[in-house]
Amino acid sequence: MSTKAMTSQKEKKYKSLKRKTAVGNTIIYIILTIMAIIWVAPFCAIVLESFRTETTMQVGYVIPKQWGLDNYRTLLTETKFLKWYTNTLTIALIVSVIQTFMVLCMSYTLSRMRFTGRKFLMNLMLIFGMFPGFLGMIILYKILSGMGLTGAGSVPGLILVYTASSAMGYYVSKGFFDTIPKSLDEAARVDGATRAQVLVKITFPMAKPIIIYTVLTAFMGPWGDFMFAKYIAHNTTEGMNVAVGLQNLISTPEMLAAHYTQFTAAGILVAIPITLLFMNLQKYYVEGVTGGAVKG
Amino acid sequence: MKKISSSQYFKMNWLEKLGYNIFMFICAIPVFFFELGKKACKGVALFVKAIGKELKEFAMIFTKGSVFTKVSYLIMGFGNLCRGQIVRGLFFLAFEVSFVMYQITSGISWMAKLRTLGDIGPHEEYDPILDTYVRVNGDDSFKILLYGGFAVILCLVFIFVWRMNWRQSWENDKLLKAGKKVPKFKEDFHDLVDAKFHKTLLTVPIIGITAFTVLPIIFMIFVAFTNYDGAHDGYSALFTWVGFDNFKELFGTGKAGLGFAFKKIFSWTIVWAILATFSNYFLGMILAIMINKKGIKFKKFWRGIFVLTIAIPQFISLLYMSKLFAKNGLINGFLIKLGMLSTPYDFWGHALSARILVVVINIWIGIPYLMLIATGILMNIPEDLYESAKIDGANAVQQFFKITLPYMLFITGPYLLTSFIGNMGNFNVIFLLGGGATANPALTTSGGTASDVDLLITWLFKITTGTESNYKLASVIGIMIFVIEATISVIGFNAMPSNKNEEDFQ
Repeated sequence: MSTKAMTSQKEKKYKSLKRKTAVGNTIIYIILTIMAIIWVAPFCAIVLESFRTETTMQVGYVIPKQWGLDNYRTLLTETKFLKWYTNTLTIALIVSVIQTFMVLCMSYTLSRMRFTGRKFLMNLMLIFGMFPGFLGMIILYKILSGMGLTGAGSVPGLILVYTASSAMGYYVSKGFFDTIPKSLDEAARVDGATRAQVLVKITFPMAKPIIIYTVLTAFMGPWGDFMFAKYIAHNTTEGMNVAVGLQNLISTPEMLAAHYTQFTAAGILVAIPITLLFMNLQKYYVEGVTGGAVKG
Repeated sequence: MKKISSSQYFKMNWLEKLGYNIFMFICAIPVFFFELGKKACKGVALFVKAIGKELKEFAMIFTKGSVFTKVSYLIMGFGNLCRGQIVRGLFFLAFEVSFVMYQITSGISWMAKLRTLGDIGPHEEYDPILDTYVRVNGDDSFKILLYGGFAVILCLVFIFVWRMNWRQSWENDKLLKAGKKVPKFKEDFHDLVDAKFHKTLLTVPIIGITAFTVLPIIFMIFVAFTNYDGAHDGYSALFTWVGFDNFKELFGTGKAGLGFAFKKIFSWTIVWAILATFSNYFLGMILAIMINKKGIKFKKFWRGIFVLTIAIPQFISLLYMSKLFAKNGLINGFLIKLGMLSTPYDFWGHALSARILVVVINIWIGIPYLMLIATGILMNIPEDLYESAKIDGANAVQQFFKITLPYMLFITGPYLLTSFIGNMGNFNVIFLLGGGATANPALTTSGGTASDVDLLITWLFKITTGTESNYKLASVIGIMIFVIEATISVIGFNAMPSNKNEEDFQ
């Protein structure tokens, strides 16, 4: 009996295993599809609502009864949206340059060099990093407003606030530099290169992923900041960034009724460039995030 | 119960294990504080020792040093200038002169007022020209605290530079005695791109951090001991030192007032941080496992959809979500259309539904990040672990709890801790989402209003920007946030198995 019976038994077992995996995979596909719908639905709703022209209020349905670009038109002409947009873009561009410089200086030094006061410096940054960042803003606001860098002139003020202590966020990029073998540096140093030459000629060419990651996060930061921007702009429409401006636009029930669809249109206008940029550089972002989480 | 051997530990069932772990954790807390105290005492002893050593060297160098070194104690840079180190010498001299000038012209007078933060408030004074009483401004407590503090810090910096000055001169003495040359500006400059390259790289970041983080926070710590607020803003009404009054007020007992509000908001902050961190962690991990499972197709497509929430600026999705659940928002519209509700439900108006909503929406915002992180780590788990588990007959659930979860926890321990702390200060999610939440009258205090979903950080923001501008309270809460975060991170990092030494992986 045996060989034939055994193979059929084996086949049976194999088939049932296969069926089991197929059932498992189907369940997973169903869950993933449901989740994907939950994740994407709000964004679809924003897009649809931004084309709705029959009323600017919130309504209980998604598909517009009248389609049109009125919301985009009124947003650009009747509100200060363009000003907020240029404010944020200016801040983001300048911050991404300065912050990258600061973070790279700090992380490279802490990763590569051993000097007196290194541990002290790291502990100091750790300790001061645990204070809520907003705490210092109370006095910084007074000083910045004395210099005219708040309210309408908040763009340079915000750039200062974002970049000045940005080196405290050195952890992820230090983790990256730690993975570049030190022996490379030492070999170059033996050949007579100064430390500055080592940085420019050896480390920089290898640090492309972390530089892109730092630039990307630094650029995205100002688009999402609300707390500092609101405090520095201090209810002056001219000096707001998009986040504060849009929150302000729908802050009261009356304003919400008058501007809700314009807000959705603004959301689309902000989200499209940022999303495209992010999706293109996603690879570097993922590397940075995973590396940062593993090394703590 | 006393410490048991590992073989005994493995014989226990999971409930006993859990109980044992909790018991050991509680036992460890007093030991931890005892160790902390021991460390603090050691630190103080070391500090006193260091000062003694410093004074000894101060005297030693003064007696044994050359004439140049001796003069350097009084005229900074003298030792450098006479040995041809012109740039260094001029720097020291210029620093000394400007320091003395500043202190004489304004610094000392500011420091003198520090003790009371100003004596004369705004008052009326007789003006002989106008022949009437006019209002004149008196002291400005804010400026006194600011400039006085600055002058004190400048004094400390001066002592440091002064010490550097006579030490350098002493180094020169030693070099000359040994028949060597003293380094000149050119060599110093070369040092800055080579041996002392760290100084060049760190100057700008450190100046930035000092000016925009360290000094402001030190200033605000002092504010916590004054009565600085909107009513005592420094120039229209003076403020002064009040000792620990603000802390006492915050820890006050009773069914209302600040103490009550602080306790409520603090406990919600902790609950929120636990819920937000762990819900995101586990759901994100499960999502990653599902997407990465063998046989699942279109992995890139699924990942792309979830990454969308990271790519779109958070404030848009948060504000939109907050309006989605508003009384006349889409969700209520749908629920009514489906017949599940007859009148719109005010999600943000009730404490419980508002709290559940912020946690759920935070899951929506947060699990894509975890999915990314978990994906990277899951791929690193050795495949043969699963193979051997399968041979031993472990099913998927057992594999998850025995292999995946322990591995993930071990690797991402530090991340869990930082994200816990990050969630405690998650301003955007709470402020933008809970913007519509109704203020809870029980939490409304002299500091301003607060709703049931407010965290300490959003409370701090509301207190600062509210009509009262209660700065003193804001700084006390800021200090409390620091104390809580520091305690949690110290205990957390000590409890972590993956507490690595940073030199290990270089």
